[in-house]
Amino acid sequence: MTLEIVKPGLLTTIQDLGRPGYFHLGIPIGGAMDRLALIAANRLVGNDEGAAALEAVFIGPQIVFGRDATVAVTGAEMPVMIDGEEKPGWTALAVKAGQVLSFGYLKDGARIYIAVSGGIATPPQLGSRSTYAIGALGGVDGRAVAAGDVLPLGDSAGAAEGRSVSATLRRRPGAPARLRVLPGLYWHRITEESQANFFADTWMVAAEADRMGYRFKGGRPLEFVPRDPPFGAGSDPSNIVDGCYPYGSIQVPGGTEPIVLHRDAVSGGGYFMIGTIISADMDLIGQLQPNVKVNFEEVDMPAALAARHERATLVDQIRAETA
Amino acid sequence: METRYSFGGDEHIFVEVDHEMSLDAFFKALSITGAIAEKKIAGVTEICPANASFQVKFDPDVIAPEAMMAELKALESRAADAPKRITTRIVEVPVYYRDPWTHETLMRFRERHQDPDGTDLDYAARINGFDSVEAFIEAHHSNPWFVSMVGFVSGLPFLYQLVDRERQLQVPKYLRPRTDTPKLTVGYGGCFGCVYSVRGAGGYQMFGITPMPIFDPTQTISYMKDFMVFFRPGDIVKWNPIDRAEHDRIEAAVKAGTWSPKIAEVEFDLAAFNADIDGTNKRLMEALNDA
Repeated sequence: MTLEIVKPGLLTTIQDLGRPGYFHLGIPIGGAMDRLALIAANRLVGNDEGAAALEAVFIGPQIVFGRDATVAVTGAEMPVMIDGEEKPGWTALAVKAGQVLSFGYLKDGARIYIAVSGGIATPPQLGSRSTYAIGALGGVDGRAVAAGDVLPLGDSAGAAEGRSVSATLRRRPGAPARLRVLPGLYWHRITEESQANFFADTWMVAAEADRMGYRFKGGRPLEFVPRDPPFGAGSDPSNIVDGCYPYGSIQVPGGTEPIVLHRDAVSGGGYFMIGTIISADMDLIGQLQPNVKVNFEEVDMPAALAARHERATLVDQIRAETA
Repeated sequence: METRYSFGGDEHIFVEVDHEMSLDAFFKALSITGAIAEKKIAGVTEICPANASFQVKFDPDVIAPEAMMAELKALESRAADAPKRITTRIVEVPVYYRDPWTHETLMRFRERHQDPDGTDLDYAARINGFDSVEAFIEAHHSNPWFVSMVGFVSGLPFLYQLVDRERQLQVPKYLRPRTDTPKLTVGYGGCFGCVYSVRGAGGYQMFGITPMPIFDPTQTISYMKDFMVFFRPGDIVKWNPIDRAEHDRIEAAVKAGTWSPKIAEVEFDLAAFNADIDGTNKRLMEALNDA
């Protein structure tokens, strides 16, 4: 009824669709960085869409199955191996008790999702099994998986082998990646020239890119509209009186390197934000590797809602293929 | 005070009640967020009050962003008339100033600090015009503080000093944030104090440490069995300076399950506070002493 972690990879965590409702206490929603990939993986193995699976970044884990199961790997492009034999991604695969799942080198993207029939059945905290290591919540005793961990699985008959999600439905960030932004929040704090430069420049994902946030470099520094610092904000022009940070919001400490907050975001702080990545593009960020090029594209609310609708249609198409 | 509304993408509305910090702005944000919660608007998934602003997360598939915006603006006018008065609790939080753990950390990150040759307390005392660190520490704990926001990371309280603006201490954040801060560090940045609920990154100046845990995901600590987060917006804190021996005694007693903080229920009325700050604080601290 279990699976055992032989090698954990670089950072492999248990994730589901997260724990909404506690952001006002500094506890983020968490959950899969690429929710579309998690949903697809779960559907392929016959699980509820929000069942807990493994999220591995850059390097895949090695796991051995304690019972017969169906497994599916989605998200980044990384060769999937069962007992050393290569198998297709985005496809339901049958495994026998004792078989070993391992991975080759990452080819594209950043994060894979490994769903197993029955789902990972570690104890939920605040309604979710998602690992939030900073708050020691979810996962295995509040942490990422480690070699030797034995993870419980839920009961499931497993799904049929072979069904898969078409290549056209596997959404990728592209190169350069395009991330759509709704300007707002403290957009008025930078000059018109800087506003234009932000969208004109090509940015690169910096080394500090994790579940809390992605930092970008390479664009021109932002110029601020002059002002007297308001009481309590701090003297730097990028400071505000500590407030809430929306998921996807782009803060720019000191006006130099934008940081996009993601699923494990800090809930607030004292840096101004220039706008927010639209909800439809949040999954794409989780598949960006350091040093890849990114263009931010300005959109308005109708365009953001149209993109949200398109993403929902994509989920429906995945549902239809995996029904 | 002018309220400013902005969309944070297609799922959030960010509302800046005022661009500067004041208790008036805090109470207005608290009233509006209370009214939003009460109205139970379909599609609202998170309501997050902050110091002088707040944020609402909503599902645009359930309520259109413009309709959500109109709801919030309508609630603002109602909240403006609400009395700025709350029933809350005052909590005594022990602080071991100049402790060895934050000292070790501040020395390790000295090159990121405004004053690489001193300590965070030396620097804070000097720029606030105090003759000695002792006098600064006295100013830090002699009057109560108000929890004006909970967040950043799990259960971290932001605290606002309950004195007139002339007496409020202010310190900048580190030039570059640290990658490490001891758990339960008592910090200060801008006009806000905080207690770091967990170990991690941080940019606030470090003054001391408390032996009182304020976040407990295991929910085994005696005073956090009901919920893993101790502080709520509106709580009032009185720092109680302690020495190493007392720190260690409390830490051991917390582990043994025999310690809980001193707490009293109090009323806080903003108009009464503004009319007589020292008198209000004296009354708050008397309530705590009687607890």
